[in-house]
Amino acid sequence: MEIFMSVLIGFLFASAVYLMLSKSLLRIIIGTGLLSHGAHLMLLTMAGLKKGTVPLLGEQAKAYTDPIPQALILTAIVISFGVTAFFLVLAYRAYQELGTDNIDEMRGTE
Amino acid sequence: MINLLILPIIIPFVAAVILIFFKKDIVVQRWISIIAAAGGLAVSIILIRTVYNEGIQTVNLGSWEAPFGITLVSDMLSALLVTATSLITLCCILFSFRSIGKERESSFYYPVVQFLVVGVNGAFTTGDIFNMFVFFEVMLMSSYVLLVIGGTKIQLRESIKYILVNITSSALFVIAVAYLYSIVGTLNMAHISQRIAEVDQPAILTVLAVLFLIVFGLKGAIFPLFFWLPGAYYAPPAPIMALFGALLTKVGVYSILRTYTLFFYHDTGFTHELLTILSLITVVLGSIAAIAYKDMKKIVIYNIIIAIGVITYGIGAMNADALTGSVFYLIHDMLIKAVLFLLVGLIVFITGSTDYTKFSGLIKHYPLLGWSFFISVLALAGIPPLSGFVGKILIVSGGFSKGDLVGALIILMSSLFVLYSLMRVFINGFWGDPSGSMKKPELKIGSMLFPIIILVISSISYGVFSEWMNMYITQAVEVLIDPTVYIDAVLGNAQAP
Repeated sequence: MEIFMSVLIGFLFASAVYLMLSKSLLRIIIGTGLLSHGAHLMLLTMAGLKKGTVPLLGEQAKAYTDPIPQALILTAIVISFGVTAFFLVLAYRAYQELGTDNIDEMRGTE
Repeated sequence: MINLLILPIIIPFVAAVILIFFKKDIVVQRWISIIAAAGGLAVSIILIRTVYNEGIQTVNLGSWEAPFGITLVSDMLSALLVTATSLITLCCILFSFRSIGKERESSFYYPVVQFLVVGVNGAFTTGDIFNMFVFFEVMLMSSYVLLVIGGTKIQLRESIKYILVNITSSALFVIAVAYLYSIVGTLNMAHISQRIAEVDQPAILTVLAVLFLIVFGLKGAIFPLFFWLPGAYYAPPAPIMALFGALLTKVGVYSILRTYTLFFYHDTGFTHELLTILSLITVVLGSIAAIAYKDMKKIVIYNIIIAIGVITYGIGAMNADALTGSVFYLIHDMLIKAVLFLLVGLIVFITGSTDYTKFSGLIKHYPLLGWSFFISVLALAGIPPLSGFVGKILIVSGGFSKGDLVGALIILMSSLFVLYSLMRVFINGFWGDPSGSMKKPELKIGSMLFPIIILVISSISYGVFSEWMNMYITQAVEVLIDPTVYIDAVLGNAQAP
């Protein structure tokens, strides 16, 4: 199971890198979305996908899944959500002010 | 008091929350920021004394035993860095009063500065690798806002690049933590170190060490990951630039220092050699760029990159001399980069130009400014009684005792380039024909010069009393050389499961 997840995550990373290297700002932001998606799935996978019940003590099960990565992912999701929201608004403002969404036209230090 | 080391994090945090409620009342905002920054400075000085007298301070949040909860750890290194951060913040806030402008002040400038300090102090103090990621994000999120606040075209453009680079490096940080968790199964830094020592760093951990180097190198701007820095630091106004230049990259360097001395010290043949080579290239490229520009901001920005290279070279050398030198130089560099950015900001405020060929003879009209600039350039280059000297000589002697002749000579040579790059600014801008710059009687720079003078004086005394500072820094280096000190302080003598 981990193998499948690794291939899937690798595919997500490849698409993210491809999109982030493109010229349009919106495609770049979609790329960052895929990148964080891959990173979160990676956290889940690397902690092991062993079978067990959901981490709720009321379940009274013999084995539970590891609760730590789930907490880490939850933290990372809200952080990347906040950053993505900021980035989208920034892209909107930049589009209004600079009149372009082409990253090639955003050069120079003047 | 056991909760002392939380105070440098909690004071700016509470201040920031309170500041949000006083959006329009600028006077109240200024007073609260100053009181919070001064309080943070006082607490961190007490923290240094406590760590000096009683050893490493730890707090297990929520009273959970060490590897299971989040532990905050304040050894001498982080206490010193927290103090430097608080001092620089205080001076930058004082400088902002006159220079940042009403519009920015009334759009949450001061709360965001306080949140930046929360992130930086937290990253210096935490003992948990994922918690460090969270504090990095607190710091970065505030830096995004500070970079774009005001919304001019150049700021919008550079923020986009800066955010993109940092989102990528944050994703890489999460990936690195995921790998590390799958190998050692813990997040507490002392516990990670203990478990890595048990398995004696197999190849996968060397890969991970390089991944961490990439992550922190992106934050700290070492070769080949510094491409984002010159543009991003060029955009914001002077006090924000000073905060960035003094604090942000140094957090990356601190993280490299921490991980490479606490986690990955078993098989140093590959990782530390790589770090040494990368830092030398960083120094060389930084030196070339620093003398290539006629723009004062650019010159100081590339001087940041040179200093990063010098510090990481000391980390790569990994002997007592070089590490002591790195810690000395790290703190010196935080102070002096804040001074230089504030000075450049003040010169631009007076002359209206960042190009030093556009004005001359400033010292005739502004002698105090001129001499502060002169002293800080000498301190940056490492002229003996001043602050940059001790750190650099220890790093160089550490390099020589490792047998790395070429590397140590490159570090020495870089001092010449540093001195040349900024002395040019002094000679062209401050000497020469006084008619090249006007004395404007309506410009009262006293209140803006005051924080610069504080920083220059602390930098001078840091150099002059380096013998006295040495007793603190020796204690900081002890932990870096012998990680068991750190592990024992966090996990106690009881063997963790």
